[in-house]
Amino acid sequence: MKVNGVDRPAPAEPRRLLSDYLRHDLGLTGTHVGCEHGVCGCCTVLLDGVAVRSCLMLAVQGEGHQVTTIEGLAQDGGPLHPVQQAFHECHGLQCGFCTPGFVMSVVGLLQKNPNPTREQLEESITGNLCRCTGYASIRRAAHRAAELSSPLEGKSGPKGRDRGQ
Amino acid sequence: MQSRRDARRVKPPPFGYHAPGSVEEACALLASLDDPKVLAGGQSLVPLLNFRLARPQHLVDINRIDGLDRIYERDGGVAVQALARQAAVEDSSLVARVCPLLGDAMRLVAHRVIRNRGTVCGSLAHADPASELPAVLLALGGHVVARSARGERTIASDGLFTGVMETALAADELLVEAWFPASTAKYAILEESRRHGDFALAGVVRAGERLALFGVAPTPVLADASDPTRGLQPSGDLEATPEFRLHLIRVLTEKALAA
Repeated sequence: MKVNGVDRPAPAEPRRLLSDYLRHDLGLTGTHVGCEHGVCGCCTVLLDGVAVRSCLMLAVQGEGHQVTTIEGLAQDGGPLHPVQQAFHECHGLQCGFCTPGFVMSVVGLLQKNPNPTREQLEESITGNLCRCTGYASIRRAAHRAAELSSPLEGKSGPKGRDRGQ
Repeated sequence: MQSRRDARRVKPPPFGYHAPGSVEEACALLASLDDPKVLAGGQSLVPLLNFRLARPQHLVDINRIDGLDRIYERDGGVAVQALARQAAVEDSSLVARVCPLLGDAMRLVAHRVIRNRGTVCGSLAHADPASELPAVLLALGGHVVARSARGERTIASDGLFTGVMETALAADELLVEAWFPASTAKYAILEESRRHGDFALAGVVRAGERLALFGVAPTPVLADASDPTRGLQPSGDLEATPEFRLHLIRVLTEKALAA
């Protein structure tokens, strides 16, 4: 299994969840764990570029696949990923617990569909719960993320997005 | 290094894990193992494991089987194989053309990120009485294809759902394909839930003259459009009383018939 581009050892036990494998075995604690039954969306990661719940996958199921976590979006000290930048600009977070899940959900959508409709964009975050913000600023951030990621708008957005790296 | 404390952080109960590479191998495992359970998308099964509500002795993970994710036209309808993700069915132009009711239903199933992984056949085999897809299959009069080491058989939708999360599938059978007839006539799927993506308090599927209800009985049920609540005794819970569920069925049926 490759996690953020790095080869990682096989999980020791089949019943290890992917979320627990990332957090406890690899120390990648950016993936948060909330409800552990697929409702809250905090644990969302990309599996081969597609947003999935890491708490609803066994780590062994990731073998032979590419997993991307929030830690894989921007280099330490480097520019933020456009979706991270959008959440930053629009104050799309308060306590931050739900944020990695929201960001990965939006990244998953924009990787597949760089020019989503308003409906698709909002649908992409309906599966994530936030208990602080009331969602208005998160919706704004999601729309800003689409602007920053659009090839037409890219010039005004932050540089150095890591797609494909 | 993994500490002792971390090593205990496992939620699902222990199980034997098997990842067959072919349908034949999967069927052989299902025939020989004691208390096996098929793992496809895992969006219903893994929560049950995490809460230890399900304790199968063995999991047969079919995700490594190649060529089991096709969505194709068959007998004038749409066939959806066991590993076709709900998101792929939602995005399928074939489904939009031949069976748009199925496409509409998909948008009511949980959330997009769940549908990225969840499968149509898995929802049918799981047979949650409040879920959409069993009722869609029933309204359309579709069927599923079950494979085992003993052979293959077709199970019609009206004989598939036998109880709450219970189906006519035998323990050694793998649901390899679901077939949805074309929905050319007037169709609608309408449901009421507390939040978008939640399980429905009550729902109605109309396919031409056929009406199927979900969320109001141990299985999806066919209903008479002129008196849709006849014989129904839905359960009540914190979210809805039985009377409210019956009210919803009447209102949703009226709307579906106007579609």
